[in-house]
Amino acid sequence: MILTLATLLLFQLMGEVITRWLHLGLPGPVVGMALIAAAFALFPAFAAWMRTTVSGLLAHLSLLFVPAGVGVVQHWDKFEAHALSLGGVLILSVAGAITAGALTFKAVNRALGYADEAPE
Amino acid sequence: MSDYADIWSYLSSGPLIWLTATLFAYAAGDALFRAARRSPFANPVMIAVILLSTLLLITRTDYQTYFEGAKFVHFMLGPATVGLALPLYDNLKRIRTALVPLACALFVGSFVAMGSALGLAWAFGLDRMFLLSLVPKSATAPVAIGVAEEIGGSPTLTAVMVLMTGIIGAIIATPLLNALGVRDWRARGFATGVAAHGIGTARAFQVHPMSGAFASIGMVLNAILTAIAAPLVVGLFF
Repeated sequence: MILTLATLLLFQLMGEVITRWLHLGLPGPVVGMALIAAAFALFPAFAAWMRTTVSGLLAHLSLLFVPAGVGVVQHWDKFEAHALSLGGVLILSVAGAITAGALTFKAVNRALGYADEAPE
Repeated sequence: MSDYADIWSYLSSGPLIWLTATLFAYAAGDALFRAARRSPFANPVMIAVILLSTLLLITRTDYQTYFEGAKFVHFMLGPATVGLALPLYDNLKRIRTALVPLACALFVGSFVAMGSALGLAWAFGLDRMFLLSLVPKSATAPVAIGVAEEIGGSPTLTAVMVLMTGIIGAIIATPLLNALGVRDWRARGFATGVAAHGIGTARAFQVHPMSGAFASIGMVLNAILTAIAAPLVVGLFF
C-alpha cells in the first residue's frame, strides 16, 4: 500500500520533471500516466501489483473534485449573472460532442466494412 | 458562550474541520445518490459542493481558509490521474479491435467539445476568463484543472464547468443517442466518455458493460488529447 502509493507519486514526479524539462506544456500527472501505462504494458506483473491501490483510489475519484468544486463560492456573482448563457453553452456543446463522436465512430466503422456491436 | 466562540475561532482557522467537513459532505452526497438509485440528477459531487458552499456562506468562511483543509483531498488528484493508466491498460485489447474508428471519433468528438465551447461562449458574449475555463470542460477533472492552469483559465471555474458537463452528459446521452439511431455500444459509450468524462462513464456502465468500458477508454484518451490540443485550440482562437 505505502510502496504502491509511493510508486504512483514517483511517476507523477517523473511526469512533472519531464514536462518542464522538455517544455511539453502538459500537466505532469498526464505525462506520468503515459509513462506508467507504458510500464504496465511492458511488465504485466507490475500492473497486477499496483491494481489494489489504484482501483481503490479511482473508486473514490469523484471525492477528489469536491474541494475545487467548492471554488464556485468565489465566482458566485459571475455564475448568477451568466447562468442562462453558461447553461446554454454547456448543453449545446456536450450534445454536439456526443453526436459528433458517436456518428463519426459509426460512419468510419461502416466505411471499413465492420458490423455494429449492437444489442441482440 | 465565549468558550464556544473560542473553540470555534480555533477550529475554523485550522485545516482539521474543513477536511472533516469535506469527507462527510461527500459521504452524505454518496448516500443520497444511492438512495436516488444513482440518478444523474443526484450527483454526489454536486450535493457535496452545495452542502459545503452553504456551510461556508453561513459560517462566513472564505474559500482560502476552507482550502487549507481541503487541499489534502485536492492533492490526491495528481496520483489519481497517473492511476488512470490502469483502465487504459485493461482496455488495450479492446482499443486494438477498433483502432481507426476510435481514433477518428476521438479527434472529432474532442475538437467539437473544445471548439464548440469556445465558439458558443463567444457567441453568447461571455468574457475571456469563462472562454478559457470552458475549453477543457470535457476532460476528466484533474486533467481539466491542470489544463486550465496551463492556458490561463481559472481552475476553480473549470472544476465547476467539468462537473456540470458530466451531469449534463449523463442526463442527455441515452435519449440523444437513441434519437440519433446509434445502437453500437462501443460508439455510444466512447462518445459519452469523450464528451462527459467520469460522470458520463459511470452512466454508461449503468446502461451496458461494453458501453462503460468504451466510455472509460474515451475518457482517458480525451484527457490526453485535451492536454495536448487545448493550448493549440486556444492559440488558433485568440
